[in-house]
Amino acid sequence: MFQSDQNEGDPRAVNVDLQTDATLQVDISDALSERDKVKFTVHTKSSLPNFKLNEFSVVRQHEEFIWLHDSFVENEEYAGYIIPPAPPRPDFDASREKLQKLGEGEGSMTKEEFTKMKQELEAEYLAIFKKTVAMHEVFLCRVAAHPVLRKDLNFHVFLEYNQDLSVRGKNKKEKLEDFFKNVVKSADGVLVAGVKDVDDFFEHEKTFLLEYHNRVKDASAKSDRMIRSHKNAADDINRIASSLYTLGTQDTTELCKFFLKVSELFEKTRKVESRVAADEDLKLSDLLKYYLRESQAAKDLLYRRSRSLVDYENANKALDKARSKNRDVLQAETSQQICCHKFEKISESAKQELIDFKTRRVAAFRKNLVELAELELKHAKGNLQLLQSCLGFMKTNT
Amino acid sequence: ILLSDGPSPAITPITPPTSVIAPLFIDTLCLDKCTTLREEVDDSFDINISVSDPEKVGDGMNAYMAYKVTTKTSMSLFKQREFSVKRRFSDFLGLHSKLASKYLHVGYIVPPAPEKSIVGMTKVKVGKEDQSSNEFVEKRRSALERYLMRTVKHHILLKDPDVLQFLESSELPRAVSTQALSSAGLLRMVNKAADAVNKMTIKMNESDAWFEEKQQHFESLDVQLRKLHISVESLVCHRKELSVNTAQFAKSAAMLGNSEDHTALSRALSQLAEVEEKMDQLHQDQANADFYLFSELLGDYVRLLAAVKGVFDHRIKTWQKWQDSQILLQKKREAEAKLQFTNKSDKLQQAKDEIKDMEGRVQQDERDFEQISRTIRKEVGRFEKERVKDFKTSIIKYLESLVLTQQQVIKSYFTFRYVTASV
Repeated sequence: MFQSDQNEGDPRAVNVDLQTDATLQVDISDALSERDKVKFTVHTKSSLPNFKLNEFSVVRQHEEFIWLHDSFVENEEYAGYIIPPAPPRPDFDASREKLQKLGEGEGSMTKEEFTKMKQELEAEYLAIFKKTVAMHEVFLCRVAAHPVLRKDLNFHVFLEYNQDLSVRGKNKKEKLEDFFKNVVKSADGVLVAGVKDVDDFFEHEKTFLLEYHNRVKDASAKSDRMIRSHKNAADDINRIASSLYTLGTQDTTELCKFFLKVSELFEKTRKVESRVAADEDLKLSDLLKYYLRESQAAKDLLYRRSRSLVDYENANKALDKARSKNRDVLQAETSQQICCHKFEKISESAKQELIDFKTRRVAAFRKNLVELAELELKHAKGNLQLLQSCLGFMKTNT
Repeated sequence: ILLSDGPSPAITPITPPTSVIAPLFIDTLCLDKCTTLREEVDDSFDINISVSDPEKVGDGMNAYMAYKVTTKTSMSLFKQREFSVKRRFSDFLGLHSKLASKYLHVGYIVPPAPEKSIVGMTKVKVGKEDQSSNEFVEKRRSALERYLMRTVKHHILLKDPDVLQFLESSELPRAVSTQALSSAGLLRMVNKAADAVNKMTIKMNESDAWFEEKQQHFESLDVQLRKLHISVESLVCHRKELSVNTAQFAKSAAMLGNSEDHTALSRALSQLAEVEEKMDQLHQDQANADFYLFSELLGDYVRLLAAVKGVFDHRIKTWQKWQDSQILLQKKREAEAKLQFTNKSDKLQQAKDEIKDMEGRVQQDERDFEQISRTIRKEVGRFEKERVKDFKTSIIKYLESLVLTQQQVIKSYFTFRYVTASV
């Protein structure tokens, strides 16, 4: 139904400041929205010897992205990294419902009103579509930019294998298992969060992330509400413009010219207001939502580290016990060494990951806040100019 | 001082609502001194009325709000150039009631009084001095002011003794029959219903296309204004929501800034919180402008159009009365003709006398009908001129409020951009 034309405003670089290099470049060059699924064309350019060609494309669906993400999460080797958060499922339900309602209500409005509303809903649909493309793309780019994850075999298969990966969505049993895994994790999470860490760096990060995550969640929700009100107000101005137009065409006094002029003005200003809401959504809401997911991924990393610390401590206790009983000492020693090594490996990479996370976060916020300010200024100036020119006209003509 | 029966009640001054009106946007609609184009007025129209200082008088369910009505004028009609009186809401309703009973049925478009609100007033009586009851009082104050200005702008009504007494006299007899739940109130409701039924059954042979045309024009105007009013009311509501949601987001952003451990970013987020707080205030102010400059204008005109319709309906009733008299006259003539063939000479004389009377009545009714038709033509002309001026003035003021808002937005984001660029 809708095809995305890429590079319009480059939504990809919105939330992550990525250094892409020539050895591996990934993007979503095209996307197709069908009845109940979206097909993304994943395009890769690479000079790496792992791939047969230097440039190639495959078609992937959302479930395949999730499969890739989950394979990272389940891979013990990657326990010490922040796994790039999975893109959210494409959700056109609300938009589709609105379009359907519009179709049903066609008889009750004038042709102009219907066409106008239809255009707006289609624009909304397109905006959601572009967003979902951007979010899937950001995920892939984050993986491609990561020094270790980019070498992952599953990732290469995802990029290159031009057949369906046959990853059916999780069935009921698997979903239930996931659910219990999450329950256990959060119970553990509470336990683990209570234990004070010896390492200052991680102790600080833990405190910081727990609070930060909650506040980002709150800010994200409030930002969404604010933007929705903005959209509602813009819709009202749209209706006001239509009513004024009708009044202008019907009035018998000199007000008719007046009404038409004001109607024209409001048509233009409400487009600006809609753009303000859309830009706030992009620069603020999306940013907050993204860092909500990333801070969760960072928390997950801390949790994994804490788990491995607990395992290490338990292995130490087991070793002491074995030594005191002088039984299975070698086994206990080996086990303890494995745990120690695992813990140290995770700690080392986690430290770097968390530092990188901060760098990325600061860069993304700075970029978006500056861009937000620029856009707000641009739109306000645009609005002001429209209003002043209309006022000027009206004052000289009365 | 208002005359009342009971002991002198306590007067509780109402704290003026602080953020209900932004002084930036609102000055009364009526401050423009308009020179009239009407031929009837001798001195130039120079009068300004303000309604201010709402004060709660009394306690509990008998409490009421007293408003100060100040008139400033250079017209010779008045004894002084500047004077004030205290009036309560029912006084305004009483004034309108008197004017309506005197002038509506002869074709004058009498501006309707603001609407009663049992819910709104009860909150005030009960003593809830909160945001919503302050807003209610302010809405009412503004509506009363607009009502008086519209009334005095009418050259005939301005000279009415009831109007002069209302503006000048320090004491006014209580208008009890305006109470919603009084017997007079119930009678009014019954009459209104009866009128509605009658309207449906009278079909007039319109000899003058002008009236039909105007009636249709006002009907379609009514439909459109109501539609526009609903949209503007929705805008006011959503803008208020936007203000609330922006304030909440500002708080949330401040919290986020507090927990951010990168110093410069933390500062930028605090700045974001500050800018959004400013936006919250701007949205609130704009919502008030939306309401007072746009929404209330539309509401007033929807009510005014009802008065216009009423006047057209009165013309139809007058016509009907004339038709009925003519029919009665015809009947009497037929009866007289029949009596000619009898020998009842005294009855015959009586019949001839009745015919004489009836002919007089028919003539009077015809004159009434022609008079009301003439009056309505002039009134419609006056009304339309007022309407054009009203809408232009208000909408220009409204656009100016939008301009001011955008200028403030630019100022706020300019500072914000400066700070965030240094992150």
